[in-house]
Amino acid sequence: MKFCGPKLSLCGIIISIWGIIQLVAMGFFYYIRSVALIEDLNLGEELVTNVKEFYTLADKKYSLNAYNCWIAACLYIFTLVVSGHQFYMNNRNTMSL
Amino acid sequence: MGSLFRSEEMALCQLFLQSEAAYACVSELGELGLVQFRDLNPDVNAFQRKFVSEVRRCDEMERKLRYLEKEIKKDEIPMLDTGENPEAPQPREMIDLEATFEKLENELREVNHNAEALKRNFLELTELKHILRKTQVFFDEQEGGLHPTESMTRALISDDSIARQVNAGPVQLGFVAGVILRERIPAFERMLWRACRGNVFLRQAEIETPLEDPSTGDQVHKSVFIIFFQGDQLKSRVRKICEGFRATLYPCPEAPSQRREMAMGVMTRIEDLNTVLGQTQDHRHRVLVAAAKNIKNWFIKVVKIKAIYHTLNLFNLDVTQKCLIAECWVPLLDIETIQLALRRGTERSGSSVPPILNRMDTFEDPPTYNRTNKFTSAFQNLVDAYGIASYREINPTPYTIISFPFLFAVMFGDLGHGLLMFLFAAFLVLREKPLAAKKTDNEVWNIFFSGRYIILLMGLFSMYTGLIYNDIFSKSLNLFGSHWHTNYNESTILTNKNLQLNPSESLDYDQNPYPVGLDPVWQLALNKIVFLNAYKMKISIIIGVLHMLGGVSLSLYNYRYFKDRLSIICDFIPQVIFLVFLFFYMVLLMFIKWVSYAPQNDFPKSPACAPSILITFINMVLFKKADPLKNCDTVYMFAGQRVLQKFLVFIALLCVPIMLLAKPIYIMRQQKDKHVQLVNGHATTENGDAEGAGRVVQPPQPHAGGHDENEIGELFIHQGIHTIEYVLGSVSHTASYLRLWALSLAHAQLSEVLWSMVMSKGLILDSWIGGVWLWFVFGFWAILTVGILVLMEGLSAFLHTLRLHWVEFQSKFYKGLGYAFTPFSFEVILNTAATAVEE
Repeated sequence: MKFCGPKLSLCGIIISIWGIIQLVAMGFFYYIRSVALIEDLNLGEELVTNVKEFYTLADKKYSLNAYNCWIAACLYIFTLVVSGHQFYMNNRNTMSL
Repeated sequence: MGSLFRSEEMALCQLFLQSEAAYACVSELGELGLVQFRDLNPDVNAFQRKFVSEVRRCDEMERKLRYLEKEIKKDEIPMLDTGENPEAPQPREMIDLEATFEKLENELREVNHNAEALKRNFLELTELKHILRKTQVFFDEQEGGLHPTESMTRALISDDSIARQVNAGPVQLGFVAGVILRERIPAFERMLWRACRGNVFLRQAEIETPLEDPSTGDQVHKSVFIIFFQGDQLKSRVRKICEGFRATLYPCPEAPSQRREMAMGVMTRIEDLNTVLGQTQDHRHRVLVAAAKNIKNWFIKVVKIKAIYHTLNLFNLDVTQKCLIAECWVPLLDIETIQLALRRGTERSGSSVPPILNRMDTFEDPPTYNRTNKFTSAFQNLVDAYGIASYREINPTPYTIISFPFLFAVMFGDLGHGLLMFLFAAFLVLREKPLAAKKTDNEVWNIFFSGRYIILLMGLFSMYTGLIYNDIFSKSLNLFGSHWHTNYNESTILTNKNLQLNPSESLDYDQNPYPVGLDPVWQLALNKIVFLNAYKMKISIIIGVLHMLGGVSLSLYNYRYFKDRLSIICDFIPQVIFLVFLFFYMVLLMFIKWVSYAPQNDFPKSPACAPSILITFINMVLFKKADPLKNCDTVYMFAGQRVLQKFLVFIALLCVPIMLLAKPIYIMRQQKDKHVQLVNGHATTENGDAEGAGRVVQPPQPHAGGHDENEIGELFIHQGIHTIEYVLGSVSHTASYLRLWALSLAHAQLSEVLWSMVMSKGLILDSWIGGVWLWFVFGFWAILTVGILVLMEGLSAFLHTLRLHWVEFQSKFYKGLGYAFTPFSFEVILNTAATAVEE
């Protein structure tokens, strides 16, 4: 069964590989609480009144984002498999021609 | 060993070839591809040359091959491309080839002709079959009546006329049946109506299946029609109209039994024809498959033969008609190889007299030949696109190989984007052979492929500068641990929005810099851009001045090579002094500023007192005095700076008139001296030989003198333009290098915007749905990153780098007035032939 052309499937493979590598790395950096990524945390507008509160909130968001990155990475593994399969189908078709 | 620093030394050679051996020798030289032949009979037109008939025969063979190829492509038979390169065949083999092609072509033409005739026949029969079938329907529709045409009569002729003619028996109605193109039906119908005043009756039915036109091979839709009429006059009129509309008429018997019989006959004939057609197609296919195996090989052979005869046409015949004389440019280093190839050619042709390669002296400028390999050729192309180097001039390519990717990377500094670029180029480089074999006519792909080594180096250098700028997709890497620390307590942080870190406090700052590149703390700082601008602007100017100085120093090698001592003294030295005393001094000021002002220092060496380099430089050139800032004693960075600056500017400005006038004045004086000597010499000889009777005294040449004056004037103008260009150029080119900073800033900002506007949006959802959302957003972000940041920004940085090299760097030493060496090479000829065929 084939539903992507050769170019789209190749594009899918490349983005998937890139996505897996970058998202796993980003997940890891969120997991170790990288300060460089703090700008991308959704810390909300509500004022934190003391440091402890801030730390718990940031901690929660850091782990959440880490897991989200890994979920996206897993989705990209799935995408990789699908586009790889499509790529294989396309190639096999062109071979037989 | 040839080097890339200068073009090869070339020699003009005369080549004497035995007429029998000439063909084989030229063929060997074509395989070698190191010789550029000159046309020795430029005033003879193409039809009067010696080997015209051979060239014509080759053209004829090419035409036949192209015909064959077209037929092969029509049948979609794969052509075998073994990639082998057969040698140019002997002239006597040409006859064999010609015979083969002739036979193939004739066979194919005959087969095609037969196939066409058969197809036409087939078409006619099919049309007849359809007519019989459709008309059957028309006739069947007529209910009752003894005669099939009787009901028609009733429809066509009013009742009273029937009544009148009732005694004369049933009216004899004629009809014609035929086939016409479907789109012509409306016009046809109207025409019939008008021409016959409505006295004919037309029925038509569409043929559902499209029919093949035998001459063009197109599929056409047609309709069957049948026209009833009365009388011969109408009949001839109808026939004429049918003819005019190119309808084909077929005889259609009136009686149903006859029609049935005819239909049966037509069916059997169609079946017979089908078998014959199938056999014809099979035969054609066999012929073409056999030809497809060899056609590439034949093409190469014919192209080579043709190229050889074209080259032989450039040669001169000597008086005895025994040998051909050629003139050619050859690289000096390859003379041995060429001799060897010539000897091989002689042996192959069985001639006993060896060819003679004779070096000639010439005043002509030889062509420029830079020996390149697959790595350097891309860079050489960048330089050649500006202008082919003059003969034996310094070739900028070896310097470009490093400076080009470096300047690119300064503008494109991002570890992530550089990595993407590097991986793409690495893929191209690693899979070079299979990709090169897979010839594609995709222009963009070919540009990337031929520039793969440039892209590889650009990617690699961008990764380096990205590391220095500490930028990876606009984020920073904290590889070694930041050297800045916060020591504010909880309440300060909670109550203040912006806080400063003091570099003079050892608690805040470690007092030694981050080991490699920018401290990652800057990514979170609000004054990041202010800091980076100062840093990158200075870096750009430093790189630019060094780049220009490099260019000026290269001109020294040119002058020394061409033994132009005058230019060294009058051009090179003042140029260097001008550049060093003004602009390199500014670079030194930057380093002094970096070194001597530190945060712990007290006034007047505190950073608050550090003067702006640009203002200092402007004041220096304008001899203007500036007021010191508060608490700072002076605007100068070191003692004696004011005097030194005045001295530097004075000397630099002094260089301008030297550049402008020294060289022309010197040449003018030299010429005057020569003239005086000449006149004096004349005078003495004249005096000495005064008694010699009948001695013809040469009149002084007024023409030559006028010419000299012209030349001097030209020299002044030329030198003036050159000097103005250099002096103004130094200023504007230095400023022009600021594009390094501007593009780098733009790139960093754009990638930051892309991250915060796209990627951040994927990270704000508060549940696991965020993962799915991130999956989508990341894909979008990745596509934008490649499309905008890597491709578009990369292209813009590439173009700016190209400009920096062509204008700012090469204007300092490069003339680029040469012409390229275009050797006679089968490889080049075959490649151009291949691309021409693809187009």
